[in-house]
Order: sequence, then C-alpha cells, then structure tokens
Amino acid sequence: MATRALTIEDAKSGEVTQAVYEHPFIVRLCHWVNAVALFVLVGSGLQIFRAFPSFGAKIPQKDLIDWPKSLAIGGWLGGALQWHLTFMWIYIATGLVYLGYQIFSGHYKQVLFVPRDVPGVWPMVRHYFFFGPKPPAREAYNPLQKHAYTLAVVLGTLSVLTGLAIWKPVQFSWLAWMMGGFHWARLWHFLIMWATLAFVFGHLVMVVLHGWDNFVSMLTGWKKNPEYPAE
Amino acid sequence: MDGRKFKSLTRRELLKLTPVIALGAFAIPRLQTPLLKAGLGFSDWMSARLFRSGHVAPTFADSDVTPFDKFPINDYDVDDPQVDFDRWTLTVSGAVQKPGDYTLAQVQALPKFTQNTRHVCVEGWDVIGNFGGVRLADFLTAIGADPTAKFVTVACADDYYESIDMATARHPQSLLCYEMYGRPLTREHGAPLRLSIPTKIGYKQAKYLTDLKVTHLLEKAGYWEDQGYSEFYGL
Repeated sequence: MATRALTIEDAKSGEVTQAVYEHPFIVRLCHWVNAVALFVLVGSGLQIFRAFPSFGAKIPQKDLIDWPKSLAIGGWLGGALQWHLTFMWIYIATGLVYLGYQIFSGHYKQVLFVPRDVPGVWPMVRHYFFFGPKPPAREAYNPLQKHAYTLAVVLGTLSVLTGLAIWKPVQFSWLAWMMGGFHWARLWHFLIMWATLAFVFGHLVMVVLHGWDNFVSMLTGWKKNPEYPAE
Repeated sequence: MDGRKFKSLTRRELLKLTPVIALGAFAIPRLQTPLLKAGLGFSDWMSARLFRSGHVAPTFADSDVTPFDKFPINDYDVDDPQVDFDRWTLTVSGAVQKPGDYTLAQVQALPKFTQNTRHVCVEGWDVIGNFGGVRLADFLTAIGADPTAKFVTVACADDYYESIDMATARHPQSLLCYEMYGRPLTREHGAPLRLSIPTKIGYKQAKYLTDLKVTHLLEKAGYWEDQGYSEFYGL
C-alpha cells in the first residue's frame, strides 16, 4: 500500500535521509493504551489467580504455583478484581477501535498475515534464529512480523472471549460451552495470557534489536531510514 | 523537506499521544479509589444489562454432580453459627403485604424444585451441586412483595448480609434452599435455609438466613461488597 514518504535534507550538513509515515495516530494511541491495559490486566489477573492457584478441584486443592504477591497488582482478591474489571473495558475498547480503524482504513494490509506470506516465513526464521542471510524487505513488515502481529490480535480476541466466559458463564453459556465449560475457560484464559506474554517478550527483543529509529516510529508515526523502499 | 521542519512535524505527532498520560491518574492514590470504583460500577451496570430473566443457567446430569464431601464450605466467619432450629423463623419485612415470622414448614409448603447447578466462587473454583428448595419468586408472591421494589436483602445468623436485585430474585432458578443432595441442609452449608442462585457468584448466596426484606432502596449491598467486591456479580 502507498505510504506517505518524505526526503529530509539537513540544512547544515546537506545530508539526505528518507522517512515514511508508518503508524497512523489511531494505531499509536491504541498501541500504548493497550500496552498499559495489558500490563494492569496481567498483574491483577495473577493476583486473582493467587486466590485459587489451581485448575483442579477445590477439595483436595493442589496448588500449581505460589505466585509472588510483589509481582501482582491489587493487593488482595477484591482489589485485583477492581483493577481487572476496570481495565478490561479499556483493553476491549482499544482493541475495537484499533480493529475498526484497520479495517475501514485498509491499513490492515500492512499487518495482516495472508497465505502469500507463508513462503516468506521460513527464510525470516532462518535469518533471526540460525544466522541465515537477510531476505530483502519489500514491505513495512516481513512475513514473520505479520505472523506475530496477526497472532497478537488473535490472542487478544481470545483473551477477551475466554474472560467473558469466566465472568459470565451463565449469560454467555454458549461461549463457556465452546471452551469446555467454566472450569476449562479459566485454564484457557490463563494459557492465553502466557502466550500473550511470550509475544510481548519476543516483541520487546525485536524492538531492542531494531534500534532507535524503529522505536521512535511508534511514538511519532514517522520512521527514518526505512529498511524497505519508501514507495 | 528541511530537517527542522521534519522535527517539528514529528514533535506534533508525539504530542498527540498525551492522552495516554491520563492513564497515570490510576497511579495517584487520591484518584485511584474513585476511578476503580467507577470502573467496577460500570462493570456492574453492564452485568445488570446482560442479565436475561428468561435465560437459565446450565443444569447437569446427576453423574456430573460433585460428591457432597467435595463441596467446599466457605464462610467469612464461622462454619456453625449455632442456629436453634426449634425456635428458628424467617423474619420478613419491608415492602410486603404479609410481614412477620415464617416457619420452615410455611416456606416448605410452597412447590419444591431441585436442580443440579454450578456454584462458582469468586476465588476461581467451581463445583456442581444438587440443590432443593422453593422458588424465591413464589415466596415473594406468597408474602405479597411490592412488584415495583428493586431489591431483596437478607440477614444471617452469622451476621452476614446480602442483597439480590429483583430481576435475579424472581429468576426461576433462584431458590430459598433447604436441601442439598436430597437431605436437609447441614449446619455448615447454611441450615436451615440458604440462598441458591446459579445466576450469581457464590458470595451472594447467603447461608443461615434469619431475615428477608423487600426494599426499594439499598442501604448496604452486602458484607463482601462493603469490602470492595462487585455489588451485582451476576454470572
């Protein structure tokens, strides 16, 4: 898709750099609000989990893990639920605004992983993990990136759906049923959180590896020295 | 484009993100409490909107029921508040035509219903139990409850207290429960009378009932609600 591109000329040195407008305002806004909401939801979710850190029966109760209180938000179950039931709306709202914008603006073409991206995944994996040659960049996002970002949206959607099944196992009984009932929905919700955290970890590693210009683009929208052709 | 012009362009774009900083209000102690209260309030408002009187909670086969000895006993205080069964009555008050003390036999005279439903605790565990009793809706009709009243509140022998919104109270699966697993309630499960409401979270299903009031205005939502739990918590 066509991206706004600029050629910048430094008045003093005469140095010329390219810049592209990669992240529209709505995307950047949703990204950062969503990041804060995700942080709060994970922290408070782990505090809620501390109240019954098991996926088995209550009697006899076998705890899975004693998650440290210092790595949780809310202080106690009631406090954590207040954070969770507040920020879930912020998380859902940013998700809906983001998806709505991506669909209606056509911007989704930049991130959506589609069948024609499949052949490009392995060369990227080889490059990142096995020191293979760097495949030429033709678009803003390489196939592996598209795969990761599309997966992140899928995980976000699933975390909301499994969360709804736990919060409202009666009103959304069909949703809970699809997940194997309330009991299983709770486990899915927990597993999807870890999958999301795995994405966040990989995402942060890549941000560090790709340097300052790349990071700044999520703040200003503009990316200097893009790795791909500006037009 | 000139380098300086580009800088001012990116600065403007960065400043557009300042609304994100508004989330920092949640980190300010003085604002945190009211903000979270508003968030929980919104969740409760949404919960009430999502509640459907005609939608029943899933029911289960007898083979799915959790064995009685695996049904947890949760209290905020004591397992057995030493109820004197011989002198026990349910004191009915508020917006009703027939207030007064009702004996267990008077409650049991209403049609009996039994159901296998899921009991979900706010802590995260769940069990499927067998509950028997009379419909709260039938009892409300029997005592001549004001149909425009908004809440049913209960008080308990262990000083616990709870409130149920009228729509949920009139739901066909909401029971004044006096039997579990085909036997009279045991003391630790709330004898002689408890609430069994499969469309509500566990802490709203009070045990050891002593008082029932029909009311337009809620003075206190409930014991745990007063500590900061959700007031509606419908499932």
